[in-house]
Amino acid sequence: MGRGPGNGGAEWIRGAGRDADVVMSSRVRLARNVAGVPFPNAAKREDRRLVVDMVRAATAEARPAESTLWVDMNECPPLERSVLVERHLISKEHAKGAEPRAAVISGPEEWLSIMVNEEDHLRIQVMRSGLCLSEAFAQIDAVDDGLERRLTYSFSPRFGYLTACPTNVGTGMRVSVMLHLPALKITGEIDKVRRAAKGMNLAVRGFYGEGSDAVGDFYQLSNQTTLGKSERDLLDDFERRIVPEVIDYERHAREALMKKRRVVLEDKVQRAIGLLRHARMLGADEALQLLSHVRLGVSLGVLDGVDVTGVNQLILDTQPAHLQRVAGREMDQSERRVARATLVRERLAE
Amino acid sequence: MTCDTEGCPNEATVSETVIRGGKRVEKHLCEQCARKQGLVVQQHVPISELLSKFVVQQSGGAPKSAEKSAHCPACSLTWAQFRQNGVLGCAECYRAFESDLSPLIERAHEGGTHHVGKAPRRAGGAAAAQVVQTRLAAIRRELEQAVAAEQYERAARLRDELRKIGDAPRGGAEEN
Ligand SMILES: [Zn+2]
Ligand SMILES: [Zn+2]
Repeated sequence: MGRGPGNGGAEWIRGAGRDADVVMSSRVRLARNVAGVPFPNAAKREDRRLVVDMVRAATAEARPAESTLWVDMNECPPLERSVLVERHLISKEHAKGAEPRAAVISGPEEWLSIMVNEEDHLRIQVMRSGLCLSEAFAQIDAVDDGLERRLTYSFSPRFGYLTACPTNVGTGMRVSVMLHLPALKITGEIDKVRRAAKGMNLAVRGFYGEGSDAVGDFYQLSNQTTLGKSERDLLDDFERRIVPEVIDYERHAREALMKKRRVVLEDKVQRAIGLLRHARMLGADEALQLLSHVRLGVSLGVLDGVDVTGVNQLILDTQPAHLQRVAGREMDQSERRVARATLVRERLAE
Repeated sequence: MTCDTEGCPNEATVSETVIRGGKRVEKHLCEQCARKQGLVVQQHVPISELLSKFVVQQSGGAPKSAEKSAHCPACSLTWAQFRQNGVLGCAECYRAFESDLSPLIERAHEGGTHHVGKAPRRAGGAAAAQVVQTRLAAIRRELEQAVAAEQYERAARLRDELRKIGDAPRGGAEEN
């Protein structure tokens, strides 16, 4: 170990930044395609290779971050790919393909990643800790400008940036936040949030992204409309109106728990830390749920001796690929449960 | 929840928050009543689902013969293939299938039909200017239709939009 992603602390798990008690991380993603080359799904192998080479050259010149790591998916072993997925640097789909595919990752804080030849030629992503969308957008805008000076993007005056799926066309921009909403879950109000989000044409996903359920009270909220609204409008609407409303809602639920159902709250938090400190086997979902309650307890000051950054780090380190990488070998599910419990016990020891 | 319209027994599927006199008013309507009130029914659904719904709504049976045989001249993707996978083959597909794609795109993007926002900066801002021109032309077309159909509220909104876009590039024109 030593170099490569996954050894340092990723920026987005620092647990710092604005509203970090509720907003775990902010993410902005841009979809871009190189003009004159079919989209990855329809491109020939040579074409996909060409795109990989073009992006590699463009990144080398544009230097979008202080230091970047180039990952050729063909040369990246399956376990390493899974580590990248767990760190939210590449998608599950991107990890699967064997064809010419690559990823650019900024080191050591991993605030930037670029997937090459996922659904689109480029999927640029900036991830930050806490509610930090405007800053993330400023960063990604600059990265995009740097690349655009060296690559000609597919662009139409009517539809904007052209993407493989018409649902991404226009700005090609998706903004999302990972929200920690344990109190709304406990008070049973979470469905209202889901419905309201749906009514505003927002997507609600779980911790692991597309198609995943909300495990451990983490919800990823993102825009789905990319055409007909400017980046600025989209961002402002999301960052100044929608997200603050959900944050307020969660904080009210937390206050209500503290005032009216303090025993219920403390019971959940203490049970969680007790189990985490003593269990000998822990499943992935179980660990995430317990860590969620611990995170709530820390945020509300009813639990001492643990900090949010430590909890965030554990959320990441207890995932399957991370556990196996530390162990230096493949492990089956029951071995992982033991390894997970051991790691958690060590980190949370009093 | 049932529809807000008096006497309507249908389940409300469309909700809308309107700000009236500084107050938020929530409306819950069934699809038919929403249409009658001029609300466009838009839900976000995966493009594949959107496609199947769209086809049913559009045709009430046989698909247009043109779309069956249509294919993109650049990548040879057919409309049928797109309907199956939900992804296009290349940038040229947007032109080749523009008429079939437009309504789908509009539904997927809350009524958005034209790009607003960033454009590649390399061609000295030419792309950005083109974006504005294309959008202006589309709004003017829509305005004509609105006036012809005596939809005055819509027309007023479109005029406002035109003014907003038109003002920016010709900032000093009226002062001279
Ligand atoms: Zn009704
Ligand atoms: Zn094509």
